[in-house]
Order: sequence, then C-alpha cells, then structure tokens
Amino acid sequence: MTDQQPMVRFDNVSKRYGALTVLDGLTLDIGRGEKVSIIGPSGSGKTTVLRMLMTLETINDGVIWVEGEPLTHMERNGRLVPADLAHIRKIRAKIGMVFQSFNLFPHMTAMQNCIEAPITVLGMKRAEAEARAAELLDMVGLSQKKDHYPSQLSGGQQQRVAIARSCAMRPKIMLFDEVTSALDPELVGEVLEVIRKLGREHDLTMLMVTHQMGFAREFSDRVCFFHAGKICEQGPPGELFGAPKNERTRQFLNAVLEAG
Amino acid sequence: MIWDWNFTFEILPKLAGAALVTIEATLLGFAIAATLGLLVAVARIAFPRSAWGISVVVELVRSTPLLIQIFFLYFVFPKFGVMLDAFTAGVLAIGVHYAAYCSEVYRAGFDNIPRGQWEASIALNLSSWTTLRDIIVPQAIPPIVPALGNYLVALFKETPLLSAIAVLELMQTAKIIGSETFRYTEPITLVGLFFLAMSLVSAALIKALEIMLDRRMAR
Amino acid sequence: MGIRTLVGMLVAAVLVTALLAMLPGYSLFVPELLRGALLTVEIAVLGSLVAVVLGVLAALARMYGPAPVRWLATVYVEVFRGTSALVQLFWLFFVLPQFGILIDAFTVAVLALGLNVGAYGSEVVRGAIQSVARGQWEAGTALNMSRAQMLRRIILPQAFIAMIPPWGNLFIELLKSTALVSLITLSDLAFKAQQMNQTTFKTIPIFTLVLLMYLVMSLCVTIGMRLLEKRASAGLSRGRTA
Repeated sequence: MTDQQPMVRFDNVSKRYGALTVLDGLTLDIGRGEKVSIIGPSGSGKTTVLRMLMTLETINDGVIWVEGEPLTHMERNGRLVPADLAHIRKIRAKIGMVFQSFNLFPHMTAMQNCIEAPITVLGMKRAEAEARAAELLDMVGLSQKKDHYPSQLSGGQQQRVAIARSCAMRPKIMLFDEVTSALDPELVGEVLEVIRKLGREHDLTMLMVTHQMGFAREFSDRVCFFHAGKICEQGPPGELFGAPKNERTRQFLNAVLEAG
Repeated sequence: MIWDWNFTFEILPKLAGAALVTIEATLLGFAIAATLGLLVAVARIAFPRSAWGISVVVELVRSTPLLIQIFFLYFVFPKFGVMLDAFTAGVLAIGVHYAAYCSEVYRAGFDNIPRGQWEASIALNLSSWTTLRDIIVPQAIPPIVPALGNYLVALFKETPLLSAIAVLELMQTAKIIGSETFRYTEPITLVGLFFLAMSLVSAALIKALEIMLDRRMAR
Repeated sequence: MGIRTLVGMLVAAVLVTALLAMLPGYSLFVPELLRGALLTVEIAVLGSLVAVVLGVLAALARMYGPAPVRWLATVYVEVFRGTSALVQLFWLFFVLPQFGILIDAFTVAVLALGLNVGAYGSEVVRGAIQSVARGQWEAGTALNMSRAQMLRRIILPQAFIAMIPPWGNLFIELLKSTALVSLITLSDLAFKAQQMNQTTFKTIPIFTLVLLMYLVMSLCVTIGMRLLEKRASAGLSRGRTA
C-alpha cells in the first residue's frame, strides 16, 4: 500500500470560520481500501475533515487530493487554481457520505431514495437502477421495506437505507459522520453490522467519525485522535487504545471509557 | 406619450389634499379595527359560549370582499333611516373588515400567554377584569404589534376602494383629474408612487419596531 | 378550523343560499348573479394561474438568478406588494392605453390580479424553499447531484407541501380582489350586485345573496387546498423522521 499513491491526501489543509481556526495545517494520507476512524472531543475538527472532503465546506489553505488528482483545485498551465464546479463534480463522484441525521428524502420510498441519484446523475436506466437498489437494500437487510417511506421506518432502518443509497453510486471512498449518534442504543448494532459487512465484502476506503470506541478498535486499520484542529496521535487501534503515547489521548480515552 | 412635468406640478396640490383624506381614512379605520378587534378577542375569553358565533361572523367578514362590504354598509344604512355620508360608511366598513383580522391577531397574542399567568391571577384572587387589564393584555400586546402594523399598512393600501363610493381620496381624485383632462398617466402613476413610498417607509418602521420590541423583551 | 367544520359551514351556506333563492323577493336576482359569479370564477382561476407562474419564477430568479435578473424580480415584488391592487388595476386599465397599448378589460383584470398576488406568492415560495432542511441539500451533494437536479427532484417537491396553506390564503385574497374588476366595467358578481342595487334598491336581498355566494366560493377554495395538502403529504406525515 505504501508504494501506491494514497487514495486521499490532505496536504496542509486549514479551515477557518472568521477568527476561529477549526483545522490547522492538516496533513493526512488515506490508503486504498484503508479503514480509518477519527475520534476526539467535540470542536476538535473531526466532522470538518469529512465535510471538506465531501465538498460541503470550502478550505482556506492547502489542497485535497483524491487518487492523485486535486479535488479542491484543478491544474491549469502547470499550476493549481481553485476548481470550478464541473471539476469538483467529476472528482466528487468517487466519494459518498452517510450523515448523522440520515437526510433521507422524505417524499420518496426507500427504493426511490436509492434510484434517484443513479438515474439523474449517472443516467442509468430505471430497470438497471432498481435492480442495483434491490441488491443493496437486500445487503442492508431491508428488502421488505423497499416501498416504505422514511417516516415509516425506525432510525436504524433509515440509516441503513441511507447507506444503501450512498452505495448505489458506487463510490470508492465512503464517509461516515457519527452515523450512530442519533440512534437509540438498541438500533446501533444493526447499523454497525452493515458497516462491517461493507468493509469485508467491498474494497472500500472508509473514513469514519465515531464515538463507538469498541467498534473503532475492532474494525479500523488506523485510528486518528484529533484535538483542537490537529491530529494529536494516530496509529493502529491496538496501539492507540492499548498504549496511547500522548497525555491528551489518554485523558480523552479515560473520559470516554468511563462514560461507558 | 411623454411625461408632462408642468401638468404634474399642477395637479400635486389637489393630490396632496386628497392624500390627507386617505390618511384620515386610514387612521380612523385602523382605530376602529384595533379597538373593535380587541373587544371581539376579549369577548371570546369573557363569554366562552359566544366563541363559536364569533368565529362564524369573523370568517364571514374575512371571506367576503371589502368592496361588497363597503357597498353594503353604504346602501343599507339609509334603509334604516340612518343617513351616512360616503366617508363615514366607507371608514366604518374598512374598520369592521380589518377588526376581523385584528381580532385573530389579538387572539394569537392571548393564546401565547402561558396558562400559569391566568392561574397565578386566580390564586391571588384578582378579578377577571383586573387580570385582563393588568396582567394579560400588557403581556399579549407587545409581541403582536408588528402584526398589527402589517394590517395597518394593508388597510392603508385598501383605501382606494373608497373611490367606488365617490369618497374624495387619492384614487378618486386621480380618476377625476384623468377624466377631466384625459391625462391619466401622471395622476395614477403619482398615486402609485405615493403608496409605494408610504409602504416602503412603513415596512422599515415596522422592522425597526420589531427589533426594538425584541430587545425590550430581552429574549 | 378542521376540515369537518369547514365542510359544515359550506353545506350550511349553500343551504341558506338555496333557501333564500327560492323566496319571491330573492329569486329574481339569482340568474343574473350566477352569471356574474361565473365571470368571477373565470377571472379568479386564470388570475391564480398567472400568480403561481409569476410567483415561482420571481422566487427562483431572486434566489438563483444572475444579478440583473435578481434585481428585476426584486423590483417586481416590491412594487406590486407595496402598491394597492386597485391602483395597479387602474394603472393598467387607464394608463396603458395612453402609451398606445390597448388590452381588453378581461385581460387587464387577469394580468393585474395575477401580477399582484404573484408578488406575494414569490415570498411564499422563497420561504418554503428556505424551510427545507439543509440536510437535504447536503444529501444531494453527497450523491453528486447538480443544483438544478437537487432543486427539481428533492427541494421543490418538499417546498411544495409547505407552500400549500399560504397559497390557499393568497387564492382567497385573489378571489376577493376580483370584486375590484367591477370598477373597470367587467360584469362580475360585484358589478351585477351594484347594477341591480342601483335599479331596484333592494339592497338587503341582493347583498345577502352576494355575500353568501362569495362565502361559498371562499370555502370551496379553502377546503380544496386542505385536501390538496393532505394528498401531497401522503407519505410524509405518518410517524416521524430524525
């Protein structure tokens, strides 16, 4: 994995809101097929990392690279200039995101949610899109609910539909933004199971912001601990959770594990 | 047809006089609307059994055109021996029409007062009248003042309807000028601009009022 | 008020009207008034169509258009909201001919009312689009949809439902404003009422019937919009989403 170019590269990226610096010179490489968990206290900038990659936020400094091509910029005459919308959409096609608040389209059934983007964006034929969606809804265990509206589904079911919806666009990189934080505790497991499945069966690069430490430990290849807009410590989960090198990491893990 | 500036300046004095009539009608009409509306809203609370009947009447007034109501009052009163001039009949009609809207605004204001205020008043053995006067109304009114202000502006913009019963306000005066001189462009455009100007000014005033009230309520 | 109360009021109003229409002092006015009511409905329906089209266009122009288009839409909205419907009607009726533009009274009426209500309508549309949760836009971005696709497929369908009640109120305002066209010689319900009153002076029967007829039309609009709202939000209102 080290001699291939990284799937995602954050190259000295900063994000500011007025006087507040949310991310400070972030440099991070994500390898192809790597599963990375991002943990840290609120306000540490973890969600911003995901949002910038998904182009929901602009960046103030630095460049984000996806599979060797710049996402936030484009090459013109050998130089890098801010990217236009057409370029952004081209690169963005490789990235998908699942949100904390699901953001399913309330006026569409589960099936319709999953075929919407493949038809309008990828120009797929309806029959093909429906076949793909049926497969994905089956993978997340919701074939029975394909004609149900979001309001008729539990939180866990909605989140699983959201995952199927994202997968329908066949992204190479999947972003998970605290996807179980809004769920009742008994529904968390079913969503984590789907994520595990995705990780096992597909060669997806996954970037997850999560509070589920147990899951992060068992599932990730690497864990990044963020603090005050910078990566405080990162490493394989066994190391970071078992023997954290940094005092702040230790404090955070103690506080989190105490809270259960 | 080019704009005749000489003509414009000629007719300005007449229009200015008519503007006074328009403003008079607006203020009197709103005075009736605000007062009557408050009485109706209070009646709903004071006499709960009348609430249904009041709702029906309010719905009737709000669902039918003001123009018809103006005609109705203007032509009905003489039948009962009461001779009203056009201005009075018109202002009355406008007042009653907007009283229906204002009563709904007051009602929303009263509904927003937490039950606890009423209950505390009962616990202190205050009379219903005192409760309304000293506790409920002073709390209910400030938040709804902007909404009332909006109806004042709406009422102002409906005064041209009085031209239908020949009240010499702005629209009627403009029409008379037009029919006498065959130049409609200048008078009607000027009337339009006057309303536009007053509308924008009052919108800004209401905005400022809203901000001032928000600060006072210290939310 | 619930739909049941409204339907109850409608039935009551229709019954009272029908009963009155059978009385000798009232029945002679009914045919003419009905003819007037027909014209009123025609103008109201056409005016409403114009208003909806203009309202949506102006709102989209103000939110997403290039600067000159945005400016034009803003001027349209401010002018037509800030001036009186009757002034606008008279301006189109009396002033346009002075510029050589000759339009018949019916078209003037539909245009004036449509322009007036459309201006208020654009604010309703804008408010409804803005009320759609930001998460919906973000989900569309995550699925790599273009802004036009997001608007068309995700945002506007949801905004549509939020728009229905305020548009219902605007349609009723438009219906009431049709009475103004009687002042530019169109033989609508209000004109017929005035005309018959001037000749027979039977004010009370005539205007009672007229008020009831407007009430019936108003209630029909209100009930119709409530039913539309129910149908449009069919999948949405069962249970809750996060």
